[in-house]
Amino acid sequence: MTTTTDGDKTVAERSMGVGLRALNWLAGSDLLDRIRIRKGVERALFQGTKSGFRTATVAGRTFKAAQQLGKPARQARGRSRGLFDLSPDDEQQMFQEAGRAFAEAEIRPAALEADASRSTPPELLGQATELGINMLGVPEELGGVMQEQAAVTTVLIAEALAHGDMGIAYAALAPGAVATAIGVWGSAEQEATYLPAFTGEDVPAAALAILEPRPLFDPLALETTARRDGEDWVLDGAKSLIARPQECELFLVAAEAEGVGPALFVVESGTQGLSIEDEPAMGLRPAATGRLLIEGARLPGTALLGEGHRQDYLECIDRARIAWCALAVGTSQAVLDYVIPYVNERQAFGEPVSNRQGVAFAVSDIGIETDGMRLATYRAASRADTGEDFRREAAIARRLCAEKGMRIGSDGVQLLGGHGFVKEHPVERWYRDLRAAGVMEGGLLA
Amino acid sequence: MINLEIPKKFRPLASQANQVATEVFRPISRKYDEAEHSYPKELDMLASLIDGMNEGSDIGGAGAAGVRREANGSDPGENRNGSNLSTVLGIIELCWGDVGLLLSMPRQGLGNSAIASVATEEQLERYGGRWAAMAITEPEAGSDSAAIRTTAELDGDEYVLNGEKIFVTSGDRADLIVVWATLDRSKGRAAIKSFIVERDNPGLKLDRLEHKLGIRASDTANFTLQDCRVPKEALLGDPEVKEKGFAGVMETFDNTRPLVAAMAVGVTRAALEETRKHLAEAGVEVDYSIPALSQHAAAARFLAMEADYEAARLLTLQAAWMADNSKPNSLQASMAKAKAGRTCVDVTLGCVELCGAVGYGENELLEKWARDSKILDIFEGTQQIQLLIVARQLLGKSSSELR
Repeated sequence: MTTTTDGDKTVAERSMGVGLRALNWLAGSDLLDRIRIRKGVERALFQGTKSGFRTATVAGRTFKAAQQLGKPARQARGRSRGLFDLSPDDEQQMFQEAGRAFAEAEIRPAALEADASRSTPPELLGQATELGINMLGVPEELGGVMQEQAAVTTVLIAEALAHGDMGIAYAALAPGAVATAIGVWGSAEQEATYLPAFTGEDVPAAALAILEPRPLFDPLALETTARRDGEDWVLDGAKSLIARPQECELFLVAAEAEGVGPALFVVESGTQGLSIEDEPAMGLRPAATGRLLIEGARLPGTALLGEGHRQDYLECIDRARIAWCALAVGTSQAVLDYVIPYVNERQAFGEPVSNRQGVAFAVSDIGIETDGMRLATYRAASRADTGEDFRREAAIARRLCAEKGMRIGSDGVQLLGGHGFVKEHPVERWYRDLRAAGVMEGGLLA
Repeated sequence: MINLEIPKKFRPLASQANQVATEVFRPISRKYDEAEHSYPKELDMLASLIDGMNEGSDIGGAGAAGVRREANGSDPGENRNGSNLSTVLGIIELCWGDVGLLLSMPRQGLGNSAIASVATEEQLERYGGRWAAMAITEPEAGSDSAAIRTTAELDGDEYVLNGEKIFVTSGDRADLIVVWATLDRSKGRAAIKSFIVERDNPGLKLDRLEHKLGIRASDTANFTLQDCRVPKEALLGDPEVKEKGFAGVMETFDNTRPLVAAMAVGVTRAALEETRKHLAEAGVEVDYSIPALSQHAAAARFLAMEADYEAARLLTLQAAWMADNSKPNSLQASMAKAKAGRTCVDVTLGCVELCGAVGYGENELLEKWARDSKILDIFEGTQQIQLLIVARQLLGKSSSELR
């Protein structure tokens, strides 16, 4: 764990010079040379520095295929060295530390206001993009920086960002889910058409739209349909809790496709028949959640993502669940880190309330269950990276994060008593956000 | 690189242990549950095999080979999967077979673990290879081991032990008993030491064998020590009375907590596997893609239990991995023990409930596992003691602040 420290400073701190903050997060790291990714990361950085404000229109940009490869480019599978290991490798550690530093310095201080205003400051999203989070799933041939599949890396970053704020993390990570999906399952043409935008200077807002607005939603029994009409597809349905839908230029929409089964479709925001409806929710408010309403949206035959394999779709569902687990782990850790000093300082009956077992044991349980959730999430992600089946592992991580994560959110408020119920402390926000881990489908991707 | 899969090099060990569990433990599991206090002689032959498994230093151990932290010769930054992890894996497999029988394995007692962990070279030579039980608990001192009343007085070249010990696992069958006693009751925990007593010492009197809820294959003995004389050299570790001495004694528990967690993980897996079969026969199968709430309630319940099992298992592997890599793991060891202990009880009882009369009846082992499981949330530190240890570490509190 100490291999990347230089003096007392972490990789991220060393590169976080005055005023440069996250922008310069990587430049000072000797790790870049050691693990030979400097060139790609420098390219990302260069493009990052050029990016400015963008006023997105609902019409969106025109996506055009650049150099198209004969067959889809794919990131390599990770090769495990075979030993049980809980230490991140150098590259993972670098992203993790940068994510943590960014979350602490920028995300957490902005969280209260972002929750109240239901918006994440564009500068913050820009800085998050500069962390490289939108291109982790883009193959190198198409401008990405990661040679191998990066589910674990994504999980580590997502966990770190959610320690700052889950809603901001959702807003920031949502476009990357679309890039990853296209990079993992898209056709050569889809990759060439859409991926360059995610590595360029102006990353589009984008959303992986799977969840539908109804009780007992099951991603394998979709009500959104895709009907064949000649060569075209015609989509109808509604998608829920999409991050920043007003700004989205690209959607990946899950629909029950005629003759195919549940599958994903690439839908540009300018497509006729799309409309957005605001959908404020209990939490995730900085992501300005909304609904995508689809009425007779006509898409070309090439809009079906990849070849529409059921296996790909199932894997997509699982990877999304893993990503939400990562957020739940980060937020649960935030609860733990917040309640510890509180219960140690809060006095009742002449001593700190943490001197009482009733309080102390609740803290123990938060610690134990958070660690269990984290390990289960890491396991699912690492199996995804190395190409092993991870359906069971993803389901287990989700079960833990839905149930224990919510319990942790509830105990976080409980431990602060009445003070936990008011906005003076962040625990009430975490309570609202942690409910999402058991509700969300899609939206993010590990 | 983060990887939570079991390394290939441990597969032979795990499959060997699984064979033992399947071929030796399971067929006699019910027999010794019914015939409490009779010695499972089938284990004698097996014990020699296990001794062999413990021989190798890296891939070894299905039991209490001891958990000495030796200087790690290899590159300090290098990831190691060593004897702590392999021991945990072996125990999981064997307890999937039968936890009571594992606890009855000759020469695999907790006392052996203590000896292997803290004995001097001389003591290792004298006591190594013999079966050692551990006697800590007293009628008035359970979890509060610092309240021990059994005394040890130096008389010439011998210590004289007096007191009463209860809940000594394999106490009647073992060759040696490691007895915890105080050199001076006024000096508190600093004066507590452990002494190796030969089972045939005339000062050591067997009072009775307990009749228990579960792990009935394993004998639990109560003793009285009356002017029980042992040579000076029988004191394990440092004879000086100093505060750190007790910490040393307690370190044994840091090392054995993941092993008990592993026992709980093994029993839990056994119950889940059996229940999965019964549910399938009843037409209920867990689907890992469909949301739990859209499935049969029994499937949703099963998934929740399986999730807790997996969390307990991974926490246990984490604690063992940290020990292999010389990382302080007292917090993680207690987390693993707390999670695995309560999960084992909840899951085995839940499995009986799911399987109804089939689970409750003695034709199957489910009801037995639901009885065996309870002790795993009690011995080697109860659930509540583990939560205390975890809380003190997380909150940065001393044992006097958080009692």
